[in-house]
Amino acid sequence: MALDYPEDLKYLDTHEYARLDEDLVTIGITAFAVDQLGDIVFLELPEIGDTVEKGEKFGTIESVKAVEDLNSPVTGTVVEVNTPLTDAPEQIADDPYIQGWLLKVRIDDPSELEDTLSADEYRAQVEGE
Amino acid sequence: MTDPSQPLARTPLYDLEIGLFARMTEFSGWEMPVQYSGITREHQAVRTAAGMFDISHMGKFRLKGKDVLSQIQPLVPSDLSRLQSGEAQYTVLLNSQAGIVDDLIFYNQGQDAAGNQQWVVIVNAATTQKDKTWMLDHLDRSQVDFQDYSLHNVLIAVQGPKAVSHLQALVAEDLSGVKSFGHLEGTVLGKPGFLARTGYTGEDGFEVMVDPGVGVELWQALLAEGVVPCGLGARDTLRLEAAMALYGQDIDETTTPLEAGLGWLVHLDSKGEFIGRSRLEQQKRDGVTRRLVGLQMQGRNIARHGYPVLADGKVVGEVTSGTLSPTLGVAIALAYVPAELSKPGQTVDVEIRGKTYPATVVKKPFYRRPQ
Repeated sequence: MALDYPEDLKYLDTHEYARLDEDLVTIGITAFAVDQLGDIVFLELPEIGDTVEKGEKFGTIESVKAVEDLNSPVTGTVVEVNTPLTDAPEQIADDPYIQGWLLKVRIDDPSELEDTLSADEYRAQVEGE
Repeated sequence: MTDPSQPLARTPLYDLEIGLFARMTEFSGWEMPVQYSGITREHQAVRTAAGMFDISHMGKFRLKGKDVLSQIQPLVPSDLSRLQSGEAQYTVLLNSQAGIVDDLIFYNQGQDAAGNQQWVVIVNAATTQKDKTWMLDHLDRSQVDFQDYSLHNVLIAVQGPKAVSHLQALVAEDLSGVKSFGHLEGTVLGKPGFLARTGYTGEDGFEVMVDPGVGVELWQALLAEGVVPCGLGARDTLRLEAAMALYGQDIDETTTPLEAGLGWLVHLDSKGEFIGRSRLEQQKRDGVTRRLVGLQMQGRNIARHGYPVLADGKVVGEVTSGTLSPTLGVAIALAYVPAELSKPGQTVDVEIRGKTYPATVVKKPFYRRPQ
């Protein structure tokens, strides 16, 4: 199965993505991460008003077999959380880029995303794995 | 330990597994399928219909001699003299402190025409070499012909409520009369095969040992029958629901069968001397200080291997295995806790990523198949 990496997103080598819309960043995990994890069974996310830090863990995702940290691509304040997903985390797999987003974060400094990977760079990295 | 300079071993079914898009993983020096269609789907196939596992990586020994029984009796706490030909016993090899060297199955195959006793022993993949060394060190080699078949056979576990009917279509002998832990030398796709009504999933089923060529045909025939290929991932969630201990995780050389809830393997009354006996007698007399219990988490958080168990804010034990139970939909775990906290209904806490979450001690197994 070919995995999808939308061109308009920024990627971390730890398999999170960021979608920048003015000062709002939507954070999720990539289709590759979903595929690697297998059946996702648990999701732990911060709450609205919490702060996240670039490069730091903001939550946890678990599959039947594995526990993985979720890392933030930016520093900012959580303004929205996809809470329905914490009750049905397996639904991330259906649509990780649109319905399966995790957090929306208001950021101060968009330049933070400059050192992330483009879709092509990320694809080259994971397909080489 | 795995030597990283050594290439990973592959079973004769490797090419078929790759053809089924298996995701492969390193396991005890072998390259094995962890999943095909997804752990939950495979798990449910075994609980509701039939699944099959390539377990060719497990260790397989054949022991032959005039009096093999008296040689193997001192190695295990179970009284193997109770076994008739065609019967088998799940048991453990013990060290002098009654620590578990491995868990394994002894199959009594009766006598050959020359009066030799014949036994098959199937052991964990990770401990094959250790077990072989242990057994050879403790057996009188002039009395026992010990053969290691580990690399020369295919072993396929067919498990689930429909496993026997699917397998029956490919086997000459009537399988319906074989009782649990019974076994026979039979005819699989017209060729000789060893068939045992054993498994590691909590379901009915057989483990079938055949030559590699027959194994490839058998795998394909079972696939054509609609049996779902399953990987190590589903094997782990299935065995955990059935509360079957995993060697190296739930049991090891520091745990005794009485601590691990395997007291039913210990036949102190009917057995003579065996390695580890005095420690077990002492534990029986004084009581064990810790026990392996089943835990059910009260919330959605999953307790996993190595997580601390707490009571009154103090660490008192450790989780040895844990997952979200695909059948029950709740987080389950096995954990060692102090004996006084081991009764069903007892509440403890599990530390998960720095926070504590309540869990309840429950009766094992978590899942029992409908009779």
